[in-house]
Amino acid sequence: MTPHTPRRARWGALVMLAGALALSLGAGALEAREKDKKKGKDAADTPTLVAKKEAEGVFPSTYRPYPGIATAIRGATIFDGRGGQIDNGVVFMSGGKIVAVGGPDTPIPADIAVLDGTGKFVTPGIIDIHSHLGDYPTPAVQAHSDGNEATSPTTPEVWAEHSVWPQDPGFTRALANGGVTSLQILPGSANLMGGRSVTLKNVPARTVQGMKFPGAPYGFKMACGENPKRVYGGKGRMPSTRMGNFAVNRATWLAAIDYANNKEAKRDLAKETLVGVLKGEILVHNHCYRADEMALVLDMAKEMGYKVSTFHHAVEAYKIGDLLRENDVCSAIWADWYGFKMESYDGILENAAFLQREGACVVIHSDDANDIQRLNQEARKAQKAGQRLGIDIPDGVAIQWITYNPAKAMGIAEMTGSLEPGKMADVVLWNGHPLSVYSRPEKVWIDGALMFDATNPKLRPVSDFELGQPGEGDVK
Amino acid sequence: MKRLLAAALSSCALALAAAPALAQDVTITNARLVIGDGSEPIANGTVVVRGGSVVYAGPAGGAPAAGETVDAAGAWVTPGLFATVTTLGLADVSAVGESNDITARSAPFSAALDAAAIINPASQHILVHRAAGITRAATTTLPSGSIFAGQGALIDLDGDGQAVMQPRAFQMVALGEGGAELAGGSRVAAHVLLRAALREAEALVGRTGTPQTTEIARGDDLFLGRFDAEALVPVVTGRQKLYVAAERAADIRAVLAIKRDFPRLDLVLVGASEGWLVADAIAAAGVPVIANGLTDLPESFEQLGATQSNAGRLARAGVKVAINAGSLQDPRRLQQVAGNLVALTRVPGASGMSWGAAFAAISSVPAEISGLGGKAGVLKPGALGDVVIWDGDPLEVGSVPTRVYIGGVKQDLTNHQTRLRDRYLDLDESDRPKAFDW
Repeated sequence: MTPHTPRRARWGALVMLAGALALSLGAGALEAREKDKKKGKDAADTPTLVAKKEAEGVFPSTYRPYPGIATAIRGATIFDGRGGQIDNGVVFMSGGKIVAVGGPDTPIPADIAVLDGTGKFVTPGIIDIHSHLGDYPTPAVQAHSDGNEATSPTTPEVWAEHSVWPQDPGFTRALANGGVTSLQILPGSANLMGGRSVTLKNVPARTVQGMKFPGAPYGFKMACGENPKRVYGGKGRMPSTRMGNFAVNRATWLAAIDYANNKEAKRDLAKETLVGVLKGEILVHNHCYRADEMALVLDMAKEMGYKVSTFHHAVEAYKIGDLLRENDVCSAIWADWYGFKMESYDGILENAAFLQREGACVVIHSDDANDIQRLNQEARKAQKAGQRLGIDIPDGVAIQWITYNPAKAMGIAEMTGSLEPGKMADVVLWNGHPLSVYSRPEKVWIDGALMFDATNPKLRPVSDFELGQPGEGDVK
Repeated sequence: MKRLLAAALSSCALALAAAPALAQDVTITNARLVIGDGSEPIANGTVVVRGGSVVYAGPAGGAPAAGETVDAAGAWVTPGLFATVTTLGLADVSAVGESNDITARSAPFSAALDAAAIINPASQHILVHRAAGITRAATTTLPSGSIFAGQGALIDLDGDGQAVMQPRAFQMVALGEGGAELAGGSRVAAHVLLRAALREAEALVGRTGTPQTTEIARGDDLFLGRFDAEALVPVVTGRQKLYVAAERAADIRAVLAIKRDFPRLDLVLVGASEGWLVADAIAAAGVPVIANGLTDLPESFEQLGATQSNAGRLARAGVKVAINAGSLQDPRRLQQVAGNLVALTRVPGASGMSWGAAFAAISSVPAEISGLGGKAGVLKPGALGDVVIWDGDPLEVGSVPTRVYIGGVKQDLTNHQTRLRDRYLDLDESDRPKAFDW
């Protein structure tokens, strides 16, 4: 091979790509012409064209739970996700659902698989309310950068699911190392209104539809503060200030209200999403760091008639825990991120604990392909910071921050997020206390199907991307 | 007027901060004592610090007490953590450009950059990390205008106005994808640039002045000027360590090969996500690694083989491994990474480290790699009196120091974050706004 070969190969690939592009354009144009011909001929008897409405089911979930066997875990310490703890407990799952949870005397059928959980711990599947897996997948190359439609400050018309690459290896790491069974994929925060989120089951699938959480409501990503004003101010357009942020937001909501009231209006994808928010069908997830800005957003929501489900990042939430409690808004936060941008300057370790003290809803989130593998550890940091000050945060409550609370904030708490009879059997068996740095998931079930088993190398998902590459199937 | 006042106040603060606190003698008893050299903890241990240095650390009763006696009441007592590679003291808020000295993309210098000149010992990041038990660190600018990062310094975190222990302790260079981009778009260019730069430096050995090629530039991009070439003389003569950032197995092999042409180089690998694939070659070359601890995603094509077991597998092959603070959200997460390495010993098929080895990977080993072997990150006679008393297992998440000594001086652990914490212990503003609560 000459030293020039790689370069030539690279040019070669480019040339081939250009050729393919031309070919596909050509074929497309040809097809269109054929269609036009047909149209002309059949114009008289062409029925009125109409797109399916969202309510009729568009991009529907195709996920079906995988087969599982009726299983009971005995003798483990159980955190139920609702703040409770059962020592020497029993969890029994069958048919993809939790059947029973209780103490050592909980009856279980004789003919099922029984795992000895002595010295081990059971929690509901971990839930990350803030992830960009799939829309900012690894490898993090430019060709994969699909999380911010940063061409307009308001893009309510985009849906994160249309960017999700199901082969992102990050999903498998979140499952195996983090015990994550459900997660919300959000658009980025370049825009004031970034678009719809999608809630996924963390099951490997060939399509994003194969991961979509059946029955989960959509979320709507909004962003306060520095990012939108920097991105658009930098382009010499509105918004370039925080007051500009609010002006653009309010004008956009007013237009959506007009749209909702106009029976003659043509369909508009952006406004359909906004109206979904105004009707309470789509849940607002608002990236917002500063306390004063969160307070302003709450007033904007009241003005326009919508509700904020959750403030994300919310590093200053601790300054307004009372206000957040009164408005029934969750704060999805990191345990220890601080000081990387101006609006994160006042980040403190006690953020979660001070919110808990006020009775406000706490969620620990990741926003990161690495931290999603250790939400349990992040919850511990936040719990310990509070306990040092004498704030009562039992272990079960810290687990609730990464299970039931995110489920509630995402609108899926009726289905998952806690170990209660009838709920999805999304379960993690840990090899030690789940809030300890020394513990890892041993087994993870999603809807009662065993999707990860640390003791069985073949029960470890490997994405298409990793096949035939260094480290394929490695322990990671 | 306001501005004058502010200037006067800040000069006051400077004077206060610059006054060196006196090291006090101290004896810490009843400790769950960690030496930091890889050994397992000692129950009922004692540490004696005299004149700013450790004179004894071991089982109780092994040495006479000195100075104040502190009963640790069974708490964990360790050497201060050593963080490498960091940017501590070089930025207030990384996204606020005015406050950020970490990169100098538009500067006409690269290898000549010298972090020691401007490190801010009063940086909140230094105060926050001191309160997290980090007492010493290697800190440096990062590659931006060229493949060379500049010369990093070794610092202490005691905030006495004199952070720099050793200026120009190491040079760092980026190869791999990062270096390729900076060198003009190819790894090939990065390798030529590095070798060309080292040749220019060789030509300058024993003298200063103009190298053979006065500069290596393309348009407005100066990749190497005469001052940069001069700054590389200690590197090419092996008097200053050369940290090389590389991730892919092939890139690591290429780094090891450079030493054949420049045998005096004192190499250290940084990152090395795929190091485990070439662990034997690294061990045979005797090159230590400042490894990404928990990176397990193919974040780039040079990290396809990334796994959390990397550090453990390298160590098992006989490589000296420290954990790279630069791969973390913040260096204070070093304890969490080390804890996770211990966790891996219980995961089938994974490689981790024993508790003692994991602790050493964030204390004595990075200190040794930095040239402070026996001085920092370890409690042995003659070592610096950096001692931390913890409220729990120091590798467990959420554990924090209750007391930190640096060079025998008890440290103030307050900072912007602790002050905010104290202000917001409650939200009561019934008498006055929070602004009066300080």
